[in-house]
Amino acid sequence: MNHPNRTQDGRPGPHAQDTRPGRGAPAALTALHARLDSRLRPDARAWFDRALGEAADHPGTHGPISTWELRIAEAGRRCGPEHSDDARVLLLYAARADPDALTRVYRQGTAAERLAVLHVLPHLVDGPDALPLVEDALRTNDTRLLAAAVGPYAARHLPAHHWRHAVLKCLFTGVPVDEVADLARRARADTELARMLADYADERTAAGRPVPDDLYRVLALTEPTATPTGTSRGPGASGAAGTSGKES
Amino acid sequence: MRIFDPHIHMTSRTTDDYEAMHAAGVRAVVEPAFWLGQPRTSPASFLDYFDSLLGWEPFRAAQYGIAHHCTIALNPKEANDPRCVPVLDELPRYLVKDQVVAVGEIGYDSMTPAEDTALAAQLQLAADHELPALVHTPHRDKLAGLRRTLDAVRESALPVDRVLVDHLNETTVKEAKDSGCWLGFSVYPDTKMDEERMVAVLRAYGPEKVLVNSAADWGRSDPLKTRRVGEALLRAGFDDDDVDRVLWRNPVAFYGLSGRLSLDVSAAEATHEGNSILRGGE
Repeated sequence: MNHPNRTQDGRPGPHAQDTRPGRGAPAALTALHARLDSRLRPDARAWFDRALGEAADHPGTHGPISTWELRIAEAGRRCGPEHSDDARVLLLYAARADPDALTRVYRQGTAAERLAVLHVLPHLVDGPDALPLVEDALRTNDTRLLAAAVGPYAARHLPAHHWRHAVLKCLFTGVPVDEVADLARRARADTELARMLADYADERTAAGRPVPDDLYRVLALTEPTATPTGTSRGPGASGAAGTSGKES
Repeated sequence: MRIFDPHIHMTSRTTDDYEAMHAAGVRAVVEPAFWLGQPRTSPASFLDYFDSLLGWEPFRAAQYGIAHHCTIALNPKEANDPRCVPVLDELPRYLVKDQVVAVGEIGYDSMTPAEDTALAAQLQLAADHELPALVHTPHRDKLAGLRRTLDAVRESALPVDRVLVDHLNETTVKEAKDSGCWLGFSVYPDTKMDEERMVAVLRAYGPEKVLVNSAADWGRSDPLKTRRVGEALLRAGFDDDDVDRVLWRNPVAFYGLSGRLSLDVSAAEATHEGNSILRGGE
């Protein structure tokens, strides 16, 4: 597709606004685009502007994959690895990828492409349709994918049992629980999560291994009166809570 | 001594190997797609393997401060199994990925018509995707295999200076060098090349376009053979610059032809803190 209004030296031309998340886009993505724009080198910015246009227009195919999905794949080498995730998130959003397209990009994607799909979910999918992708990521042992999987989309839609296991898996694999979106709200008064945490602390202690600090942070948040800045620490605070209510 | 192992099958190696490789100076590897010892029976088995080369394996490598790239292809041995050949249709969507730095391993195993077809098709794919090619030369009937390989390359759309012919030895190095291809040598404990013979070859032919690899896999092999070659070269009077050229700059130059080589793993290290090979309660 042609973009005659974009300047040859790669700087955004007068119509660059057309490809921004722009109208109706979440503020976070608008800010992301502004930040990326300011950091990309001119040649990368020119490529990215063209790719955003293609994502919005869905032009044709390139061999077995569509052109905009090819742009997702090559974003790393075009924009630089440090910018590839932001670029892919914005391309997926510009393409208004539906759950079927997101699933295809995820399944056919490298780990880096899968990360971008997980990051864009809260901006593109209202209901729980994309949960299988989150669950797939949670089955891996790749901490990048785990951290991305416990973002705002999981906070909104992941059922309680899976969410608790996700929190526990963060503790197992060393993903900081700060990565878990909406942790305080979902943990509050969750007696089953408190039981699981206490059991895990017991298991670590029995093995003579240290209990991760994050475990006590989450445990404090499971109290009914906990606030996001709750200061309750230590295994005694709520370790006896919730010994029943095991979910399937 | 900084080392780039341009051919190693890390899928078959342990985290101990990654640790030892980093300690020995290895900072970058390329893992060519190959067979797994147990023959595959369907394209789906290849796809999971390719996904692993683009997902889990680079993640593992990053834990040890090693940059991991891969080459993707239908290997010569399994090109002979009609159940596997349809994977050729799936390759284009892999060859666009950021971490794929060549088409490979392609080439000959038993020099059959099926291998001719797969080799020609994949040399064309390399040209189409602006990728170089890693070409395996056969274990049996090696010199005849090299000649047939070079003929196939010359008949293809891929320029010879974008081709690395691998597993060379004393009998094949001269013709390979005369062809203008890049020259790969695999150093093994018992077969292929060893450290001292590698020194002799470099004395005779010089370091230009020469790459040395461990080709370590699930068989008897040693992921530290690259380091051993570097040490042998220094003992034999080569200087640090020669060693750096063979063990680092030449592989960077060859795979850099893809435009996709990214050797900075610091971001991954900072994010993951080496904590992720924990098992997560599985």
